[in-house]
Amino acid sequence: MSADPSVPPAALSGEVRMPEKLADVEPVRSVRTPIRLEYDFVPGEASAGYLNAFADRKILGQRSPVDGAVLVPPRGVDPRHGAATPEYVELPDTGHVGGFCVTRLPIPGRDDLEIPYVSAWIHLDGADIGFLGLVAGIATSEVRMGMRVRAVWKPDEQLGRTAENILYWAPTGEPDIPVTAAGTNAWHAKQAAKEQG
Amino acid sequence: MAERTAVLGVGQTKYQTTRGDVSLPGLVREAAYRALEDAELGWDDIDAVVVGKAPDFFEGVMQPELFLAEALGAVGKPLLRVHTAGSVGGSTAVVAASLVQAGVHRRVLTLGFEKQSESNATWALSLPQPFSVSINAGAGGYFSPIIRQYMARTDAPELIGCMVAFKDRQHALRNPYAHLQQKELTFDQVVESPMLWEPIRFSETCPSSDGACALVLGDEAAGDVSTKPVAWVHGTALRSEANNFPGRDEVNPRASRDCADDVFAQAGITDRRAEIDVVEMYVPFSWYEPMWLESLGFCEIGDGWKLVEQGATHLDGGDLPVNCSGGVLSSNPIGASGMIRFAEAALQIRGMAGAHQVDGARKAFGHAYGGGAQYYAMWIVGADKPE
Repeated sequence: MSADPSVPPAALSGEVRMPEKLADVEPVRSVRTPIRLEYDFVPGEASAGYLNAFADRKILGQRSPVDGAVLVPPRGVDPRHGAATPEYVELPDTGHVGGFCVTRLPIPGRDDLEIPYVSAWIHLDGADIGFLGLVAGIATSEVRMGMRVRAVWKPDEQLGRTAENILYWAPTGEPDIPVTAAGTNAWHAKQAAKEQG
Repeated sequence: MAERTAVLGVGQTKYQTTRGDVSLPGLVREAAYRALEDAELGWDDIDAVVVGKAPDFFEGVMQPELFLAEALGAVGKPLLRVHTAGSVGGSTAVVAASLVQAGVHRRVLTLGFEKQSESNATWALSLPQPFSVSINAGAGGYFSPIIRQYMARTDAPELIGCMVAFKDRQHALRNPYAHLQQKELTFDQVVESPMLWEPIRFSETCPSSDGACALVLGDEAAGDVSTKPVAWVHGTALRSEANNFPGRDEVNPRASRDCADDVFAQAGITDRRAEIDVVEMYVPFSWYEPMWLESLGFCEIGDGWKLVEQGATHLDGGDLPVNCSGGVLSSNPIGASGMIRFAEAALQIRGMAGAHQVDGARKAFGHAYGGGAQYYAMWIVGADKPE
């Protein structure tokens, strides 16, 4: 390959000649063409069940028929086995912080978020996977893996069929879960405990 | 037995923030021409074209492989598109290689590209969904918690990530195709750069680049008649897994480990660190270098950061140089980034890596990952024909 990237390939090195009448016209380098697509979201059965219950401040998961793992939000299937998950489980609005990120740049459409903010994987009590949530009500430097949290909901009149019903997750003040049993470690810790009876 | 397959030619564009002088077709054609020139072949010698890029909504051009068919000389030939998120450049090369290995085609042109200047990848990766809150700020927001887990598991010193970033930017100065050319950059500046997705600093992230990378692959006969050195494919592997399931090891995903085991077994490699001379791995955020060193079995679990600290992955004096080209941390045209890793591995084997050449490299490892660290593509290329 050519050692000098500024030398074009021989086949592209020919001269490009513009028609005479375009000689003095300023060339167009780029054109911005914003595009927008409006659409209605039609959820599947599991997502619909989840969002409908969520509007009533209830958090629904689904239980895997294979080993009882509880998945939230429910997607109708256990991704490990491809097994359908028809059984719903109601979960509490308490849990702990798994992995988290202190974000220091703004997100379009979320002007309400003060920078920096903490996005975290929230592992609900009784659930076996995490889902994303905002953690607030505490200094960002104080957030920890394993920290216990509880949901802070929007007022009733603002609730809808959307994940935005929970404003954020606030620390409960309870003792932390050990990091070795927090977040994605929780499942393995649970299996190990089961084996020991 | 599979047909032996060789990398006959490599073509890259200069990676930079904006290639305003070329359109998408112009960009890909430049890389394709360079690969053909390198292979000393013409369009008529190519039997099929395999194209990869990141999701279409980045540039907002749906199925761009169709509108790029003419620019890629693919009219009237089989044209295949590969989709595996950020790993796509690697997966695309693997698919192209499989067409030769299977004896379907004799010579295949394969190409990955991205024109990030015409897109907004961070926000394209942050699409709102009704069942999830919109607070994840792009790829950095996704990988930051995973990096935090790695740091917690290993107790690695806080500045390991900065060491990786500084090393890759130094390497980039020896690769004229690399995007970032930060001659004046100091280690302290890397450390002092602002936190974007804590614990990830600005200087520990990849740039947004325009660029394309192409390979010409050929069968054994084509490799035998090449007047230039070729790189022989010793193994290729792909694996994927779901991005969220109970007990998923996000730091060291099983798909990564399985993919590595497969490709090393194909190449007959038992001592990975000793037998591989140079590594090009997908490191868009600095901490992924020690994480992948462990996952790929170049060291014991928990020791990846020690290789970084000891300088083992540095081009100068390291026994396992990683990302001598400057890596994804120095150039990131997303859809091409995986193929660049594969291409750079081949250049090292051919002795054509210029100022970032590892002397006497005989076996090289190319790696790409994508999605939520869930799609993997790997290959091993060597100077000798595989058995």
